[in-house]
Amino acid sequence: MGTRAAGQVGRSGPVAWMALPALVFFLVFGVVPLFGVLVLSFTQWDGIGAINPAGLSNWRSVLSDPGLPHALWVTFEIMILSWLVQTPLSLLLGVFLAGRQRYRAFLAVLYFVPLLLSSAAIAITYKALLDPNFGLGAGLNIGFLTQDWLGKDNLALGVVIFVVSWQFIPFHSLIYQGGVRQIPTTMYEAASIDGAGRLRQFFSITVPQLKYTIITSSTLMVVGSLTFFDLIFVLTAGGPGDATRVLALDMYKRGFQANLMGPASVIAVLLVLIGLALALILRRLGGSTTASQQEGA
Amino acid sequence: MTTSRRTFLRLTGAGAVAAGLAACGTSGPQSSGSSTGGGAAAGTGTTYWFLTGQPQQGIREGQVKRFNDANPSTQIKTTQFQNDAYKQKIKTAIGAGQGPTLIWGWGGGGLKSYVDANQVEDLTGFFSQNAELKSQIFPSAFGAATVNGKIYAMPVESTTPIVLFYNKQAFEKIGAEPPQSWGDIMDLVPKFNDAKIAPFSLGGQSRWTNMMWLEFLYDRIGGSEVFQNIFDGKPNAWSDPSSLKALEEVQKLVKANGFIKGFSSITADSNADQALLCTGKAAMMLHGAWTYGGMKADGKDFVTGGHLGYMNFPPVDGGKGDPTTSVGNPAAYLSISSKASDQDKEVAKKFLANNTLDSASVDAWVGAGNIPVVKSAEAKLPSVQDKNDAAWLKFVYDTSSKAKNFQQSWDQALSPTAAEALLDNIAKLFQLSISPQQFADSMNGVIGK
Repeated sequence: MGTRAAGQVGRSGPVAWMALPALVFFLVFGVVPLFGVLVLSFTQWDGIGAINPAGLSNWRSVLSDPGLPHALWVTFEIMILSWLVQTPLSLLLGVFLAGRQRYRAFLAVLYFVPLLLSSAAIAITYKALLDPNFGLGAGLNIGFLTQDWLGKDNLALGVVIFVVSWQFIPFHSLIYQGGVRQIPTTMYEAASIDGAGRLRQFFSITVPQLKYTIITSSTLMVVGSLTFFDLIFVLTAGGPGDATRVLALDMYKRGFQANLMGPASVIAVLLVLIGLALALILRRLGGSTTASQQEGA
Repeated sequence: MTTSRRTFLRLTGAGAVAAGLAACGTSGPQSSGSSTGGGAAAGTGTTYWFLTGQPQQGIREGQVKRFNDANPSTQIKTTQFQNDAYKQKIKTAIGAGQGPTLIWGWGGGGLKSYVDANQVEDLTGFFSQNAELKSQIFPSAFGAATVNGKIYAMPVESTTPIVLFYNKQAFEKIGAEPPQSWGDIMDLVPKFNDAKIAPFSLGGQSRWTNMMWLEFLYDRIGGSEVFQNIFDGKPNAWSDPSSLKALEEVQKLVKANGFIKGFSSITADSNADQALLCTGKAAMMLHGAWTYGGMKADGKDFVTGGHLGYMNFPPVDGGKGDPTTSVGNPAAYLSISSKASDQDKEVAKKFLANNTLDSASVDAWVGAGNIPVVKSAEAKLPSVQDKNDAAWLKFVYDTSSKAKNFQQSWDQALSPTAAEALLDNIAKLFQLSISPQQFADSMNGVIGK
């Protein structure tokens, strides 16, 4: 371990140079706009005319707007429910796909397909399938499927979570598949000699060994769900009413439909803060991951 | 330990690959706006952005083609967008100084925001030079093009009132007559529902479709001054008793299942609302006159077989409004960017003067079932051969020309900020998640903004 770490220190010069393009890219497209948004949040701007300083008035109006707690609530609802749906399913699928059998490799390719489609295309497809008058249910005369899927508050939220899960479970399954394959087979051999069944092996070896994988996948899910926009925008446009209006959509509507760039920037800043806080909390949960990374550097 | 780090690295690698693949598949909704002229940014010659959707799209393309054929040295490049996508794109582009030379729009509050930011050219001088052109255009169309007494846009294309369409076969099926009053409408609702026909089709996810109902109910119940007060920025104008009554009436209609099941997930851009009327799944539809061409093209024998009926919105019993009053879009509007080069501005003015309301354009609009915004349109009407088109055109011409007041669509008349709040609250009103009083209270908050 020690010698390897020393070797890496020796290479740090060229490695730092190699990081430069990425760093510049990140500064120009990540950090600079971030400060731009922070500045804009203290101004009044309709996106076309002059930018005027507005002090704290945007912050006051956004923070006292009853729409904000609602958008926050919807955002967290989607975040938590989609995590609850995605994690067990991707974990199980990942374990299943980690097997080396031929048919599993074939299935893995099939499961991967949703990931290749754009969110907008997925949203348009589901919208057409779920249409209560011309959709799948009406076409095949299946009563159960002819619901007003996107027109009722709870149903629309459920559809959003379902479609999000359908789209991203393949990605997380892939992460878990890789994680499972890293677990030394000797552990399973030892466990079966000790008489542990498959269920016992799963809970006592697979899940604990996947701790960091779970944290990685959860971080991606949780932080990623803050920025769900395209899918919801096309699928429900935040409706019905404001039942699926997540924070990112609220930001867009204020900024680009109501021409209120100041308040929209306030929400953007809030999104950044929430995202950072969540990422930090999740890093804390996997405390030793950070330790091992520091050790490597 | 080593294993876990390697796992971590491999995972990030897999993540990067997956993210890369996902990025390959990602195409934003904007790319659906097809481009015929390449990226049109400021400084690349004369550019013109407009909306897709037939038959209007074909007529606009024809106008540009005629101009380009006649002026080989000064070509106009076009870029086309879907309605909802265009509304966002044009604002962002103009704000960033990347707008087109010719800006297609709806006039009213949106135009005013461009004027306030000095983004569009004052055309008052252009119209005094072309007085004959100006005298040809319907005077009522200039209201939404005028800001502080100056004209900033040319009214073009067609005048499109909102009318009440109905399916004659659906009425025959239940043995009823088209409604003559708001009371008749409420009586028809249970009859159609019993016959498993939705009384009204509605593309509620687009929100401005719901707004058309309020525009008529406000007018029929309280007269045109109710919205005029809101437009003029009078405090608490949304709390007018007529306003609250209109909001209550529309919620009554929603509660009585007056609109098709699932209306709040139907978008107008997909034309699903028109399809519901054409296929007889819905009996009536309140919609813009511009939908006639689409229903004729896509509705099989619905229009050609004479099954489409239409009328102005009926009066409300005891209401103060004038029953001839109409709402809708008095015209489409073309403005010239003030940021364009002088040469491009001249090309654009030449296009406006020679190719937007010329005889070929008027013929094309009439042929597609629209009334262009020029007086010469009336003379063309008798020459229309198709008897369905002839009857429709006469109806639209009469509705527009005899209207005591032609109210511009609210979301276009108001500022973008107020319009977004309005559409937002209208969606909630139709969802029954807010009461008329709550609607009025939150709308009073954005009056004059």
